[in-house]
This record gives sequence, C-alpha cells and structure tokens, in this order.
Amino acid sequence: MNLKLKIWRQKNSNSSGEMVDYNISNVSPDMSFLEMMDVLNNELISKDQDPISFDHDCREGICGMCSMYINGRPHGPDDLVTTCQLHMRKFKDGDTIVIEPFRADAFPVIKDLVVDRTAFDRIQQAGGFVSVNTSGNTQDANTIPIQKGNADKAFDAATCIGCGACVATCKNASAMLFVSAKVSQFSLLPQDKVEAKDRVLNMVKQMDEEGFGNCTNTGACEVECPKGISLENIARMNREYLKASIKD
Amino acid sequence: MIESSISRKVAMALSGLFLIFFLAQHFTINFTSVFSEDLFNKLSHFMGTNPLVQFILQPILILGVIFHFVMGFILEIKNRRSRKVNYSYQSGISSSWISRNMLFSGVVILSFLGLHFYDFWVPEIKYKYIEFLPDDSQRYYEELIHKFHSPIRVAFYSISFVFLSLHLMHGFASSFQSVGVNNKYSNTIKTIAIAFSVIVPLGFIFIAIFHHLKG
Amino acid sequence: MSKMISNLPKGLISEKWTSHKGKINLVSPSNKRLIDVIVVGTGLAGASASATLAELGYNVKTFCFQDSPRRAHSIAAQGGINAAKNYQGDGDSTYRLFYDTIKGGDYRSREANVYRLAEVSANIIDQCVAQGVPFARDYGGLLDNRSFGGVLVSRTFYAKGQTGQQLLLGAYSAMNRQIGKGRIQMYNRHEMMDLVLVDGKARGIIARNLITGEIQRHSAHAVVIASGGYGNVFFLSTNAMGSNVSASWRIHKKGAFFANPCFTQIHPTCIPVSGEHQSKLTLMSESLRNDGRIWVPKNKQDAKDVREGKLKPTEIPEKERDYYLERRYPAFGNLVPRDVASRAAKERCDAGYGVNKTGEAVYLDFSAAIERYGKEEAHVKGLDENDTSVVKKLGDKIIRNKYGNLFQMYEKIVDEDPYNTPMMIYPAVHYTMGGVWVDYNLMTTIPGCYAIGEANFSDHGANRLGASALMQGLADGYFVLPYTIGDYLSKEIRTGRISNDSSEFMDAEKKVMDSLSNFISNKGKNSVDFYHKKLGKIMWDKCGMSRNRSGLKQAITEIKSLREDFHKNVTVPGKIDEFNEELVKASRVADFLELGELFAKDALERTESCGGHFREEFQTPEGEALRDDKNFKFVSAWEHKGEPSKAVLHKEKLDYEEIEVKTRSYK
Repeated sequence: MNLKLKIWRQKNSNSSGEMVDYNISNVSPDMSFLEMMDVLNNELISKDQDPISFDHDCREGICGMCSMYINGRPHGPDDLVTTCQLHMRKFKDGDTIVIEPFRADAFPVIKDLVVDRTAFDRIQQAGGFVSVNTSGNTQDANTIPIQKGNADKAFDAATCIGCGACVATCKNASAMLFVSAKVSQFSLLPQDKVEAKDRVLNMVKQMDEEGFGNCTNTGACEVECPKGISLENIARMNREYLKASIKD
Repeated sequence: MIESSISRKVAMALSGLFLIFFLAQHFTINFTSVFSEDLFNKLSHFMGTNPLVQFILQPILILGVIFHFVMGFILEIKNRRSRKVNYSYQSGISSSWISRNMLFSGVVILSFLGLHFYDFWVPEIKYKYIEFLPDDSQRYYEELIHKFHSPIRVAFYSISFVFLSLHLMHGFASSFQSVGVNNKYSNTIKTIAIAFSVIVPLGFIFIAIFHHLKG
Repeated sequence: MSKMISNLPKGLISEKWTSHKGKINLVSPSNKRLIDVIVVGTGLAGASASATLAELGYNVKTFCFQDSPRRAHSIAAQGGINAAKNYQGDGDSTYRLFYDTIKGGDYRSREANVYRLAEVSANIIDQCVAQGVPFARDYGGLLDNRSFGGVLVSRTFYAKGQTGQQLLLGAYSAMNRQIGKGRIQMYNRHEMMDLVLVDGKARGIIARNLITGEIQRHSAHAVVIASGGYGNVFFLSTNAMGSNVSASWRIHKKGAFFANPCFTQIHPTCIPVSGEHQSKLTLMSESLRNDGRIWVPKNKQDAKDVREGKLKPTEIPEKERDYYLERRYPAFGNLVPRDVASRAAKERCDAGYGVNKTGEAVYLDFSAAIERYGKEEAHVKGLDENDTSVVKKLGDKIIRNKYGNLFQMYEKIVDEDPYNTPMMIYPAVHYTMGGVWVDYNLMTTIPGCYAIGEANFSDHGANRLGASALMQGLADGYFVLPYTIGDYLSKEIRTGRISNDSSEFMDAEKKVMDSLSNFISNKGKNSVDFYHKKLGKIMWDKCGMSRNRSGLKQAITEIKSLREDFHKNVTVPGKIDEFNEELVKASRVADFLELGELFAKDALERTESCGGHFREEFQTPEGEALRDDKNFKFVSAWEHKGEPSKAVLHKEKLDYEEIEVKTRSYK
C-alpha cells in the first residue's frame, strides 16, 4: 500500500508545532500501525532527518503507553484496540492518515506525538490506593468472600490501562472515565469501605486541579476506550461523590 | 459545594430535571386549551393568582432557569479552556452531534424564552402588578389565541421546540447519569426520556398550530 | 572467588528464612530517615520494593524510563501467580511448590532461595487481596485457581488474562500512597546510565532525564536494580520495546557478577512472525494450554498443502493429526513445562511439519474443548447434546468467558477467528532466568548494590515454571529485600548524606557524557535498529532453542565484529540535550552487543543440556535434554574483565539437601 501521512511535528513543549506531510510506500497490511511508523522513521534517519517521536512500549495493548490521534480518533479507526494493536489492513491503498498527539491542556506535548500524562499519576497519588501496609501481616485472602458479580465488575473497572484516550476524545478533555474506573474498582470491594469517602473527594479534587474539563455525558470516552470501560463507572463515582459530600 | 466539577454537573442535572418537571406541568395546562376553554382558563387563573405559585414557585422557577443557563455557560467556558490547542481533524463518530452541542440548542431555547416572556409573562406582570387591572378569570384563552395569529411566530415557536426536543433528548437521560443513576432501569429511563423529548415539544407545536389554524 | 559468598543460613530448610530474619541486623526507625535508597525499575519487584522500603521509613528515589511506573512490562504478564495456598485441597503445600520449582528449573537453582520463595508465596495473595487486587472468584465469593505447566495441582491465582496488570497496579497503588506522602521521589522518564562506586560500595547512580536529556548525579546508601530481564537481546521477543539490560550490564561492568546468561526461556505459545517488518512478538498465555490441544499434520504432504494455502486445518481429519505433546508426554500432555513444549514444536517444524507460510508454526486447537464444554452446558440446560450448532454456540461462550481477551488479541493481529479455526503458535523468547548474581540477601558482589526480580538469577534455575515470575517479583520486593537490606544498611547509619560532588560521581558523569557524545558525533550510515536486528538474528539462529559448539563459536565472532561495526558505523540523529529516542536505543543496543557475546560464551562452556539450555551434542536418543550433574551442578557467575571474551568464570556449587536430584521426566 502507498499512504499519505499528515503528522504533527513539534520540537519541544515550548515551541509551536505544525502538520507535516509524508509519503510512505510498500506498507504491508500485516504491519501494525507502529511498525509502519518504524519504517517511516528508518527512512527519515537514512535521509538524515529527525525521526518522529511517539510513545510506545509493550506493543501488545496493555501498558497504555502508545497514544496518537489517528484520523480524528484516539488509537485510530478500530474498536477496542490501542494504536499498537491497530493493523494497516484497516486502511486502503492511497489513504491519507492524519496523526496528531492526544490533546488536552492537562496533557502537554513533550515532542511530536509524545505527551505528558503524569496528571493521571498525580490523581492516583491523591487517593487511588488502599492504605494497607505491605508488611504481609494481613488476614487470609479468603477471609472476606466477595460476591462474584462485584468482583467481576471491580475487575472490569480495574482493566483501565491509563492511556488517556478518554481525555483525548472528550470534547471537554474530561478525565472522568479514568478517575471513575479507579474509584469504582475500590468502591466495589469490601477492602475499600474505610477510606471510600476521602478517596473520592481527594481524587476528584486533584482531577479538577489538573485542569481536566467537566463531564457532559457525551459518551465518547466509553466508545473510544480500548478496554471498553463502561459509563456505569462514572455514574458510580457520581454517587460515591454525592454520598461523601453529604456526609461531610 | 459547587466548587468541584461533579457538584457543578449535579447542579446542572438537578436544575434541568426541575425545568423538565415544570415543562410537563406547563404542557399539561396548555394542552387543556385544545379541548376545553373553560378548564384552561380555570387552571391558568389558579396559577396566575395563587400566592404560593406566584410568590414562591415562580421566583424559584425563574432562578432555576437563570441558574441552568448561567451554569451551562460557565461549564462550556471551563471546558473549552481545558483544550486550548484543538485537533485539526475530528471524526466525531463516537458521540452524537446534539450531546456535543447542548450550548447551541440551549441558546436557541434561550432566545425563544426571551420571546415567550415578551409574549406572555411581561404582559401578565404588567396586567397584574403594574397597571393593577381588574381580575378577569376568563381572559387567558383569548390571549393565547391572539398570540398565535402570526404565522411567523408560530413558525419560530415550532423551530424552537425542535431544538427543545434535541436538548431534552440528551439532557433528560443524561441528568440521571449525572446524579449517579445508571443501573438495570437505565434503558427504561432512556426510553421514557426520549418519548418525553419527542411528545412534549411536538405537543407544544401541535397546540400552536392548532390555535393558529382554528383562530 | 572471595567476593562470592552466598550467605546461606544453616539449619533445616523450612526454618532457614525464619531464623535468618530473626538474626538479621535492623535499622532503627529514626535512623531509617537518614538513609537513602535508589530503586531502578518499577515492575512488580521494583514497585513493591519501593513501596515497602518507603513504608519502613527509608528515603526512596525510584527511577523508570516509562512515562509512569504503571507501564513497566510486568503489566503484560497474562496467566497468573502461583501460591501454595492449597485452597483447592488438591494436595498442594509449600514443599510441593518448592519441589516443583526446583524440578522445573532442572536442578540448577538454589534450594534455600526457592524454599523461601514458596514459603512467602501465600502471603503475597493475602497482601494483594488486601490492596484491592480483583482476582477471579467463584460463585461462593472465594478465590479461584487454575493449572499451569509442569505441575499437577491448581495453585495459580489469576485475574482473567491480565494478572500481571492487576498485580502491578496493586504495587503501583502502594507506591502512589508513599509518593503522595513524599516518602518516594519518583523519576519518570529517567534512564539509569551508570552505577557510582565510592570505596568499593554502591553509592549512587548517574541518570539521564529522557525529556530534557539532562545528565544527573543521584547519591544513596544502597542501589536496588529491578530492571527486568534481557530477552530483547534477541530483538524479537515478547518483552516490551524498551526492556533492556543496561542497568544490569552497567553494574556488571562495575563489578557485579553476571550469572547463567545463557538460561533463557523460550515460550511455546506466541503468535508466529508474520514478516520482515515485525517489531515484537505477542504472547498467548500458557493458560490456553489448559484447554487447547497442540498438533501438526501427521503427513508432510498435508503440512505442505496447508503452507501453500491449498488445505485448511479444519479439513484435516482427526486421525491425520499428530498431537505430538500428548503422544510424547502422556502424563503431562499439553501441560509440559515451557522448555519441553518449545523444543517439541521446533522439532516438528524442523522436520517439515510446520503450518504457516514460513513453516514455523503449529496449531493450538480449541475445537475439542469447545465441544466438551458445549456438551456439558447443553446437558446442564437440558438441551440436545447431539445438536452440533447448539453445542458449538454454548462451548464458544464458555471459552469466550475464559480467554476472551486473548482470542480477541489473536484475531486483531492475525485476522483469523480462533473460535472457528485453530490458532497458529510458535515459540518466542520470553524470559531470562539468568541475571545478576546475588547472595541469599539479594545483594550482588558489589556491597550495597542489590538485584531483584527478573534482573537477578536466583530462583528459576535453567527453566521457569509458568506463573512463577510474578511470584518471585513480588516476593523479592514485598517480603525479602526490605528485610535483608537492613543487614547492610545497619552499618551505614553513621555515614550521613552522601555527596554527589565527589570525584567518583564526576568521573562517572563524564564517562556517560562522553559515550553519548560519541554516538551523536559518529554520523555513521546504519540505524540502531539495523544492528539490533542483526544481533537478534545471530542470537536466535545460534543461541536460540537449540545450540551447538560450532554455532556458538561463530556467534561469538560474529557478535564481536558486529559490535565493532556498530561503534564505527551507527548513526544517531539529534542531540544529547533533548528528547532523543534513537540515542536511548543506541546506548541500550551497545550493552546488548556485549551481553550477547557473554551469553554465547556461557552457552559454549556449559557442555550439558538443562532446562532452556539445549545443546544438540547432549541429548538422549529420544531427543530429551541430557544433564551432566557431575560436572555442571553449579551456577556460572561471570566477572567482567574489560570485555566479554575476557570474562572470568566463578562457580557457585549447588548442593541439594532436601531434594533428590533426578532426571526430569514429564512422560
């Protein structure tokens, strides 16, 4: 396949960027999207040009490092995949592909397609944990049975890979799906109950301070989430937040 | 309380639900004008003269409307600020147009409300509290018919109601999500919300056209 | 030799760890505040160690090259984590886990370490559940288990196919709690460039900020390396693109011995290579072997027709299929250990029975499981068990519940539906049992420098059993290192803050700077990937699933000349003081090019077959590995002497007091 690429180039966080056009030929449909980018980068290096920086690591859809806004969608045109799992067979010969970084003020661009998502880490540091010491002096794992339904739902929420696609696609750059997935996971498990109130209040506060927008329930995040995290989690977090605020 | 994003969103949802409740009530009374001039006059007179409605519910309603609009604008401004550099290309397939453009439909409804106040509420206030005209329990129906003479007004009303319908289609069910209701009843709620969003605005359009044609 | 003291406690094996803990020197809480510890890497081992050390009161500085500690490659572990809980009542015990691990490792691991691992394993599960890790549960609300290769009990705890993710997020959340308290200073997007020694002790590291390119000096009283394995020396592996040997290799060059580099695990169930452009391989969890049956066509013509696309696997009748694992190993069948399964696949493909375009793939077939489950379900629901479409539908559903995410992943990559046609799989490099040599306290031969998790060599011998890597990472990080490090640090309470302006730090910084500038100013003609791919090919062809003397000798010469060519002709665009991924890669590949040679040298010297190390010259008539316990029951620990070819071998003899050393048999 031969493709035309329009890619965002930006030297560093202080400079302004622009879209640059590239042509690439001999793309195999079996390649992953990132392998296509590798080929392009090797071409650029051989021409003594600066290769395009993009985040990637595990290349099997679980680390959450890869990002990229491809043809107007985070992680591109396939559903329930990350960019590294997107394959070129989803495109046609002669297509033009527009590639931009995830955009949000809370995710400043570091270089080209690489953005800084440490805002997510700071939200988790504000309360995304159970305050139990790691000494191992805990009770036996089977002491508290957990209803299978709740355990499964907690797991579904916990599969969030923290990639930021929800923020990238949201018209408000809201991080509600991410935060709610974490809050939900804990609120569904008995281990959480003691800290539930502080957790949700602190995490939401940090989320607001990071400069993410508000949720207006457009539902785009749920559609674009590579792990299919449900909007149900946002409702659950709203509930938890209201409960916590009223008790306060 | 309204400092956090979730509180603002809940406030938006609750004021919205309150306005939906009012809309239902308004619609019910208006609809009586289609089949009973007498009943319509009676209900209107009650609403227009009952002190509880006039001095407590009416101010609350007005505040509710203002709050919903002001908050809507604040949210929109904040949200736009969270992404100052925008994408050059957006596919937009992952969410509906209307859910992304509540501000737009809201502004259309706001301008409609301006006209609506000018048409009904301002004369009403003038009648009762400025000119202190005599109490007439039979005047409401006549006033209604009178307003729907102009085809332009009827057209404008109808278009506004289409936008009201769109606004409700996202807003009604979305309010439940905002206050934390998303469970096995959510599909039923969604169906009811959509039905409401279609039937009520359509009903208002019907009333306007009905009186226009009849008058 | 004197440097290498394993510090094994005396006494009964079951009491060693308890008595060792009881006698170890401790640091008082008020003194812990005065002590800094650097942790490099945030996988299961690094994250859990950082969290626990901070919780104990040490000042922790943690480094990772990813943009968040949560992205370390432990996150990709799929299948599960072993623990001797015996919740299933199927006869499991600490001793049995210990025994299975030693046997699985083909009698090349240290008894005392492995027993300790089995002992603390149960605690890991308690700990993780308390942290809110959502393990799979049964309808009674209790924890569920499944079975993995090389064992006869169900002791594997799991969270669908994302166990590593859930455990890592648990450790990450424990870290977050400490970061929030200011007890851990987190350095994301930082790469460790070198270890700094002062008076022979580890006193800090040189790190590079990957965003700004700034070179930094960080001092500490101890340095913990938790940077994972070196599977990427093969270029194609199931490791993440960024996984590298650099931290381990740099400490090796500063005096830490490197043990058993040739012990590499080739995982039998990975998605086969599709073409030249391939950048990495994807693992399909071993748990699939619980239900999938592995086969190739019985006759060569069928295999040829399949390769040419003339025949579909579903068209090959049952009696024309060779379920070679079931045939060769009736006791364990499809659940033989990984090294055995991988070699058997290679044997079939080399003999001409491979099934994809390249001839390097075998089938993993779920149709029998789908039918079995479907019939069961139909029976339960009172439906017709002979109606194939009903049975297929019900069976698909059960399989989807168990392995849905793995099947989806396969479909996305290969573009075939594994519910209706067998999966194609082939072995790929997955894990490295070898690593930095450590004593019982997990300290390397450099005082104050520790290695934990996959980065060290200690627990898996010559082959690791499935679901044991997660166990070892967390055991080291949560329960072992935090105790044992106190023994060393108790002598450091009077040291005070360590200056990072000393000549040792300045020298190390300058060396790092110089080597980076060399890459930038080199202006050669080939990209870093060009060399990495070449190295990978040499490694795979000559140091892969089976090795022989002449091949290994060739590998050593080829790698050496490739390394020379690399330093002469590599090109790295951009500058040092900016975000520069090529520069990062160049410095990692330089280390792989040295490690690769030591790897081959180690494989050459170990003239026996054991676990993942299979020397063609040493095999039984049936093609099974032939161990030489008389001459090779030792750990090879290599001391750096300037370059890999000059490395000096030290032997740590392995004594088995508890376990009788036998020929490993899964027949």
